[in-house]
Amino acid sequence: MKDTVEIRWHGRGGQGAKTAALLLADVAFKTGKYVQGFPEYGPERMGAPITAYNRISSSPITVHSNIYEPDYVVVVDESLLDSIDVTKGLSPDGAVIINSTRSKEEIEEHLHGYQGAVYTVDAKEISIKALGKNYPNSPMLAATVAVSKVMEREEFLTEMKASFQHKFAKKPEVIDGNMMALEMAFEAAK
Amino acid sequence: MAIRERLSGNEAVAYAIRQVNPDVMPAFPITPSTEIPQYVANYIANGEIDTEFIHVESEHSAMSATIGASAAGARAITATSSCGMALMWEELYVAASNRLPIVLALVNRALSGPININADHSDSMGARDTGWIQIYAESNQEVYDNFIQAFPIAEDKRVHLPVMVCQDGFITSHGVENILLVEDDKVKNFVGEYEPEHYLLNEAEKMAIGPYAVSNYYMETKRAQRQAMINAREVILEVAARFEEMTGRRYSFFEEYQMEDAEYAVVIIGSAAGTCKAAVDEIRSATGKKVGLIKIRVFRPFPEEEIAKALSKVKAAAIMDRSEMFSATSGPLGAEIRAALYQAHSTVDVVNYFYGLGGRDITVSDFEKVYQKLETIAQTHVVTDMYTYIGLRSTQSEEV
Repeated sequence: MKDTVEIRWHGRGGQGAKTAALLLADVAFKTGKYVQGFPEYGPERMGAPITAYNRISSSPITVHSNIYEPDYVVVVDESLLDSIDVTKGLSPDGAVIINSTRSKEEIEEHLHGYQGAVYTVDAKEISIKALGKNYPNSPMLAATVAVSKVMEREEFLTEMKASFQHKFAKKPEVIDGNMMALEMAFEAAK
Repeated sequence: MAIRERLSGNEAVAYAIRQVNPDVMPAFPITPSTEIPQYVANYIANGEIDTEFIHVESEHSAMSATIGASAAGARAITATSSCGMALMWEELYVAASNRLPIVLALVNRALSGPININADHSDSMGARDTGWIQIYAESNQEVYDNFIQAFPIAEDKRVHLPVMVCQDGFITSHGVENILLVEDDKVKNFVGEYEPEHYLLNEAEKMAIGPYAVSNYYMETKRAQRQAMINAREVILEVAARFEEMTGRRYSFFEEYQMEDAEYAVVIIGSAAGTCKAAVDEIRSATGKKVGLIKIRVFRPFPEEEIAKALSKVKAAAIMDRSEMFSATSGPLGAEIRAALYQAHSTVDVVNYFYGLGGRDITVSDFEKVYQKLETIAQTHVVTDMYTYIGLRSTQSEEV
């Protein structure tokens, strides 16, 4: 793994891309890393495109700029592919991970000739199967960890479970569903 | 043992407020500082602190209520940004001239217009002449550390001045980073109990705060404020030394990064200093060129002699301003640094760049170009484009 891994998230306001970036920072922090998780704010409104970023490193991070040449790009809403060049600056040694029902081949046509790896994850299907609701951000988080290998699978799942147990202390019945969504997405992105 | 955490800059300031447990916090929400009173309100609602939170109808009222509480003898704080602080304008002067040790968490944001919610320093730089001490931060760690140090600085009997603890909106306020927190009891011990010397609720000492002063008295008041700002210099260093004893983290008026042998220096304030440090590291490891950085922490009082000394051996320096002052010449930092260099009879070649206005991003490669430019200036001793905007998009771009 490179010393610093840089990840860019594309989503729409309200879908939880910023939350996913902050969750990734959280879980990477718990495994002993130096982390950054930060959003880029435009005119905020539900449905507007938003960008969020992660830097994860084994040494302290001082850079405070946005990320223009990421190692990984995560697209939480595939409708953004028509309006945003999501793979702009993306390392050909990295990967783009897209929430989509479409096949990799169909998606590739929309990626401006990106030469690196392309992963599609049907986060909606996974979320509905595991949780009964469409919360695409946690499956996309698991897929991102699976593809980027910023931490081991077991480490990730253990930390996420601890985090869910804290977050859902008053409704423990949803913890299993959330864990299942993570595991399914992890498998789907392998 | 320090507590290893990851927090946003706003969370870090709120955490420090919880640890200090001030008596009164009047506040009015404005992006990007809103989270600070929001988190503090949570601490209060959860019974973790007993701060009196005052819901006010504007920032004018927020600062007025903070002044009232501080004059009464309370440890009083508030938080704001941008136009919020602009609406406090009149009261900023009242707080400083009445020598009230208020601490203000300022989350720097551009002033209108066009209306914009992102980071630049136009709000605090506009307030540089109000008589407040100003301390700036590069990171979440620094804003947390500065916030804790602000209380013993403001409340010192040699100072008695309000302190503005500044951080860059969104970049640090909403960015989550690693941070080392100090234990509650150590923070409480560090700031101590606030024991005001003169205050309105003291029955034994009848006094007025904020009365009219005729010309015969006004000027002496200003000279006394000036003296307090001069005294603040030693107090800031004393508090920093005490803080270093507690945490091992060293603070001064500014940070010198790779300056021991530097030939080319950038002078900058705030979060972009971290980005510039990465450029310094890359240039030094790739080319061996002697580049360095001075990051201003304390802008008021201004460390004139120390800065001139720190820049005395460089061949060329770029002063970086994150706000305009529309003099049609320098930015606020540019003007101060050049005055300091003139006073020290320095002949170092200087350029003054404007960057990051309204949140415009500045990158490692932007700083690499700045250092390249400094090298050219040092070779030719010709300074072209003395005042330059970095990262402009238009055809009139003066980009370096």
